[in-house]
This record gives sequence, C-alpha cells and structure tokens, in this order.
Amino acid sequence: MFWEQLINGLTLGSSYALIALGYTMVYGIVQLINFAHGEIYMFGAFVGLFLVMAGYNIFLALLGAMVFCMLLGVLVERVAYRPLRGKSSRLSALISAIGVSIFLSTLMVLYRGTNTTRYPEILGNSTFSLGSLQISSLQIIILLVSAMLMVGLQVLIQKTRLGKAMRACSQDLEASSLMGVNVNRIISATFAIGSALAAAGGLMVGIYYNAVWPYMGTMAGMKAFSAAVLGGIGSVPGAMIGGLSLGVMEIMGVAYFSSSYKDAIAFAILILVLIIRPQGLMGRKISKKV
Amino acid sequence: MEAFLAQNVDAYYLRIMIFIGINIILALGLNLITGVTGQLSMGHAGFMSLGAYTSAILAAHFGAPFFLAVLAGALMAALFGFLIGIPTLRLDGDYLAMVTIGFAEIIRVFFLNFEPGGKAVGFSGIPQYTNFTTVWIIVIVVIVLNTKLLYSRAGRSLYAIRENEIAAEACGVNTFYMKILAFTAGSFMGGLGGGLYAHYMYYINPQDFGFMKSIELLNMVVLGGMGSIPGTILGTVILTLAPEMLRIVAEYRLLFYGGLLVILMIFRPNGLLGDVRIYDLKKRWGKKEVKM
Repeated sequence: MFWEQLINGLTLGSSYALIALGYTMVYGIVQLINFAHGEIYMFGAFVGLFLVMAGYNIFLALLGAMVFCMLLGVLVERVAYRPLRGKSSRLSALISAIGVSIFLSTLMVLYRGTNTTRYPEILGNSTFSLGSLQISSLQIIILLVSAMLMVGLQVLIQKTRLGKAMRACSQDLEASSLMGVNVNRIISATFAIGSALAAAGGLMVGIYYNAVWPYMGTMAGMKAFSAAVLGGIGSVPGAMIGGLSLGVMEIMGVAYFSSSYKDAIAFAILILVLIIRPQGLMGRKISKKV
Repeated sequence: MEAFLAQNVDAYYLRIMIFIGINIILALGLNLITGVTGQLSMGHAGFMSLGAYTSAILAAHFGAPFFLAVLAGALMAALFGFLIGIPTLRLDGDYLAMVTIGFAEIIRVFFLNFEPGGKAVGFSGIPQYTNFTTVWIIVIVVIVLNTKLLYSRAGRSLYAIRENEIAAEACGVNTFYMKILAFTAGSFMGGLGGGLYAHYMYYINPQDFGFMKSIELLNMVVLGGMGSIPGTILGTVILTLAPEMLRIVAEYRLLFYGGLLVILMIFRPNGLLGDVRIYDLKKRWGKKEVKM
C-alpha cells in the first residue's frame, strides 16, 4: 500500500516538477511569476490530444506538443512581457501575465467548450507486479520520460554554452549583458525550454488522469508554483525536489488523511515549510542589502 | 431613500452600483496591503469569504442584527489576518504571495467541507439587508478613514516600507508592527466587503471566493494605480463595469478582458493613476483656479 502510494505520488509529483521547472527558470532570470505558465501546460495537453486523435504515435505527439508550446511560450514573452521589461514594476508584469492567462484559457474554451475531453486509449494499460508492488506501464513511461527530461535539462544548464549564459543571467542580468550575453535571446530560450517541459507535463497528466479541460492549468499552475517555492524559487534542483515531494505528500495526505482536503494539503505543508525555512528547501539565503 | 431609488433607477444599474461599492471596500483593503505597504497579497478573497460566512451564519442561524453580523465577519477576517501575518510577514515578495494564495485556498477547501456553511452546495437564505444606502455610507466612511490613515504618521511609514524597507527601519519605523497593522486593517476591510456581499446576494458558495476573485481584486488595485485611493476607486469602477460593457462581444468577453489587461499594462505600466493622492488632486485643481 505505502509503496504503491509512493509510486502514485512520484508520478503526480514528476508532472508538478516539470511545470515547476518553467516557473523557477523564468523567475530565476526575470523575477516574474509567469502566470500564463499553467495555460501553456493546458495547451500542451490539448495539442498532444489533437495529435494523438489524428493518429500520431504518442512520442511524436509529445514532441509536437513540446514544439508547439515552445513557440507559444516565446510568443507570449515577446508580446506581453518584453514591452514591459525594465520600465515598469514587477507587479504590472504580473498583471500582464494574468491577462495572458485569462486570454489563453478563454481561447481554448471558445474552441473546445468547457467540457472535459477524454484521451483515447493509446497505451494498453498493463500492470507489472514487483513482489507485492503494482506499477502500471503508463507510470513507468511517465517516470522515465520525466527523468530523461530533467537529466537533459541539468546537462543543458551545466554543460552547454546556452546553459552557462542562463546561469549568468540568473545571477545578474545587467552584468551578463555587459559581458556580451544577448539577454533577450537567453530570456526567450528560457521561456521556450520552460514551456516545452510544461507541455510534456500536460500531455502526461492528460493521459494519466484520462482527462483534459481548458481550466486544468489554474490549479496545476498554482500547485506547481508552490512546488517551485517549496524547493526554493530560482533553484532548478529545488523545483525538481519540490515538485516530487509535493506530489508524494499530496497523495499520502489523500491516502492516509482525507480526500476532501486534497487541495488544501499541499498548501498547508507549503506554509509550514516556509514558516520554518523562509528561503525554501534548496534556496540560497540572500541577505538583504541597501 | 431606498424606495426613491427603486422607483427611479433601473434595478440593473442599482445592482451594478452596489457591486461597485462592495468592490471599492474590498479593493481599498487590498490597496492598503499591496499598494501602500508593498506586500503582495494574492489571497484577498480568503478574507472576504471569512467575513461572508461569519456574518451569514450569525445572521441566518442566530438572528444577529445586520451591523453586528457584518462587524463580526470583518473582525473574524481581521483576526485571521493578524494570525497569518505574524509568522508570514517576515517572508518577502513572492514567498508572501504564495502563502496568501495557499491560505485562501485552504479557507476555500475548509468551507467546501464545512457543515454549518452548507458545504459545496453553498449557503442560502441569508437575509438581504445590504442595500444601496448602507453600502455607500460604509464606502464613504472607509474612504475617509483610509485617507486619514494615509496622511498620518502611520500612513507615511507604510509608504516608506514599500519604497525601501531597510531605509524605513533605519529611520525608526517599526516595520514589523506596521506591516501587521496594514495586513490586519486590510483583512478587516476584506471581511467587511465579504459580509456586505453575503447580505446582498443571499446565497454564497465557496467557489465565489476562489483564486480568480483574488486576482480580480488585485487587478483593480494595480490597474488604477498602486497606493492611490482615487486610483483604486477608478480601477474598481472600470473593472466592475468592464464585464458589463463587454457583454456586446458575448462569449469573447473574457478574451477581450485578458487582452485589455495586457495592453493597459504595456501603455500604463504604473496604473492609470499611479500614486496620485486625493490631496494632490485638490492641490492641482486649486492651482488652476488661482491661475484663472
């Protein structure tokens, strides 16, 4: 029972982690809570669904959804955030993000209605048993794909030139631009990568829970953002750990405590952690300077 | 007064005017926390629901008189604001935002499972005491008290905290105490607005006070101009009317609303009346008269 719940929690948590990565990367560089991120996740789930319905293989659908959302993320940054950068307070950028979020979810409502759409049966849902432990093939795929994406992201950030520039930008945007980093391009790349990861999360959650609907991004976005804060916002490993632990805690809370308080559990834990450790689990403690 | 209004003003316009009044009370509360003191709160609807449910239950189950019920709701919200504020106000910026979102969600889920509040079905049968006169008398009192507060020593300390917390502290402002004060007073206004809302709608549901409601209130404060009372009022009027005006575009309403927020922020990033204060307006108009 416990181990099965742990696997369920990790499956849910890996999707939170994939979304949280987008929040934390964008936040790390431009200090913006990208409220439209939940909607990009929703678009990923829908584009994946359309591709699957059109008869494409699941991995092609995943790729297609990721590419589509990459472009969408870059477009959103270009239209709604870049004109505001540098000349306004962070709050007005936040409101702009909220505007985009309302816009995108309404767009999908207009196209598909508010109803829930079921994913077609694409993966034969066979279960494996390891001793007493039951694990479905779907869970294995989700865990493997998420793990691959996260490792890939770590390699990208730590080993490539782009990753180096991203790290530099998150330390100091102005100094990086003085060192010849094309800051605008790095920000676009950050949005692209974050959006692609969210799309992957959306597609996998859509298949796992067998449901996609236009407002699915709101709650998932809020939880993923709290996962990012839990791990220490701005920290990439923090978002992964925050997402996984939030998923596990939520599933455990439902299994051993009460399912009607499902949505409250994640937030209650988050508040407790922040009261004890204000900078999040992996966040650096920054002393304020004048 | 009420009879006169009911006879001469269309019921639809009266309803919108009442909503504008209630939203002004709510938005001014949030303005005190976020606009003036600079503490980003994204869970104002949580305080609103505390006020709404407390006053509704007192009035419907215990027959409490209107003013007592609404006051009790506001005090309940203020109490929670105070209790939440103590441990969390040492967090800054976006961590605080997350905690307020979380708090409002916990409150919402709590009321979804709260037996005396009718659970997910909602709470109906609240006596409809709120009317145009009561709302607008309270609005005027709230505006006057807010203006008084912002021009007092305390108000200036709050602005100082927003501008630079460390500098404010160095100038002898007890920042922690002042932040708690702003948070508690803002929550009080949130609860007050919630109570009035409950007694106007006679039916409330936990979903009325969801994340989108908090966001709507935050939009009002930021759109009008952070930290400005006339700005907050303007933002509230615009955003309360906007959905009504946009009825012409029917199902594309929210699409326009979202797009409008983005465009407004691009062209007026500090809000329509960023930091314009009633006092400044008076001075500006006063000068004009002298010139003429």
